[in-house]
Amino acid sequence: MQEILQYLFSGITNGAIYAVIAVGFSMLYNSTELINFAHGEFVMLGGLGIVTLWGGSLLPLPAAFVLTVIGVAFVGFLLERVALRKVSRSQPIVLVIITIGASIFLRGIGMLIWGKDAHAIPSFTKLSPMDVFGAKLMPQSILILAIVLLVVVGLHLFYRKTLTGKAMQACAINEKAAWLSGIPSDQMVLLAFFLSAGIGAIAGIIIAPITMCGYDMGILLGLKGFCAAMLGGLGSLWGSLVGGLLLGISESLGVGYVSSSLKDAIAFLVLLLILYIRPTGILGIKEAKRF
Amino acid sequence: MLNIQNLKCYHGRIQAIKGVDLFIGKGELVTLVGANGSGKSTLVQAVCGLLNEWKGEIRFENELLAGLKPSSIVKRGISMVPEGRMIFSTLSVLDNLKLGAYTRYRKKRMAEAVENDLQMVLDLFPVLKDRASQPAGTLSGGEQQMLAIGRALMARPKLLVLDEPSVGLAPLLVRKILSTLEQLRNQGLTILLIEQNAHAALEIADRGYVIETGRVVLEGAASDLLNDEELKKVYLGKDYCESYPKNFIPLRCCN
Repeated sequence: MQEILQYLFSGITNGAIYAVIAVGFSMLYNSTELINFAHGEFVMLGGLGIVTLWGGSLLPLPAAFVLTVIGVAFVGFLLERVALRKVSRSQPIVLVIITIGASIFLRGIGMLIWGKDAHAIPSFTKLSPMDVFGAKLMPQSILILAIVLLVVVGLHLFYRKTLTGKAMQACAINEKAAWLSGIPSDQMVLLAFFLSAGIGAIAGIIIAPITMCGYDMGILLGLKGFCAAMLGGLGSLWGSLVGGLLLGISESLGVGYVSSSLKDAIAFLVLLLILYIRPTGILGIKEAKRF
Repeated sequence: MLNIQNLKCYHGRIQAIKGVDLFIGKGELVTLVGANGSGKSTLVQAVCGLLNEWKGEIRFENELLAGLKPSSIVKRGISMVPEGRMIFSTLSVLDNLKLGAYTRYRKKRMAEAVENDLQMVLDLFPVLKDRASQPAGTLSGGEQQMLAIGRALMARPKLLVLDEPSVGLAPLLVRKILSTLEQLRNQGLTILLIEQNAHAALEIADRGYVIETGRVVLEGAASDLLNDEELKKVYLGKDYCESYPKNFIPLRCCN
């Protein structure tokens, strides 16, 4: 009982982080139908940003948090403006490859700034771990879960309640019609990149205290997040949440009961299985289209 | 209101419009008819800013339209109902309509006017009212067309451009759509109607242009065009009046 609870706690914590990364993938896909393979680097920049700003005692935590998110969001903004806008009439495959290039570039920049060593920062809260049926629940885990829920609910409301959110969806459904309705699609894409990069940064920040942050952390985290997004159904916010948690929990159970050397393989095994049974992902549904 | 002079449009190397002059006065319902591939759609795409490769002059209310984004053109007062309807299928009917007023929602004091227009559109197409919260993709073809027209009206355009609104609709629905357009014209809206269904379009229009392989081959008052022997033969079919119900004839079908 105690053992399985402990695995669950750590699985949910990791899964929540995968979920935030997945949400970043999904929301960009939602607005642009583009898969951004540089998304993992936004996570890396977020993590290393907080390491420098807060870990280096330059700023108090809230200020460092906000500044990091805005800074990374601005990197996303630049990525769209400088690298992708120029070829916006191009085929998706070209854009995807550009994002892979951008990912390598950002990783290089990260290595130049922060070096090849991994960095660590202390937990955000000074509270001691709680005891739940004998298992240890870290306060950081609760914080992570709360932030994840905040991000998902916030985005959900943005898409459902605001005109800008709906306009963003409209651009993804039919860009031409969006233009003709007076929606400036190019600005919507820019905003989507801005938001998605910011969300990536949030993932990096909350993961920073429970892992080592290095210039190359984005590769695996990006892939895991992508897996989670595919698992839950690319483009679906709640799907990303479900996919992330499922991935995190199966990973930690696998590590606990099978072998810790299998940790990273499990993500991809689960993905293969789900895609075999349900190619659109768990919550992915075929769009109601009728022409 | 809209004044096009010597317009030439290109799709890459292909010249789709080879020098067209076209004029629409305020309050007119003008139709542009022609067969598939004659360049009708290309022309309106140039007007609405979806096509950038063109030469010549397009003036709207004496302002040159060149190098403008489609959204800026909507702001200036030209709304288009695109071919194939292109509604936002996963969003609700109401959201589709609201997004049509996107350029106006940005201004605070417009909110009330937008609400009024929403009511106006729902009164114009009562069927949309019943389905306001349904995803737009679940509507029938005719309802989707009404939604597309409603969405364009929400921008409160000075000029409404419709690209083949009758395609794929049952004759009864075509008549309903066209009579709505007549009604809008009578309320003072200027309309440019692109149609393959030449007879139906000319019946409600004030003036018409017939376009063929990128050139205007005939123009004049709609009633004159309807009686034009040449046009009858080529576009309306020789015996169509006797053998087919009105509004049913696709172009060139019985020649």
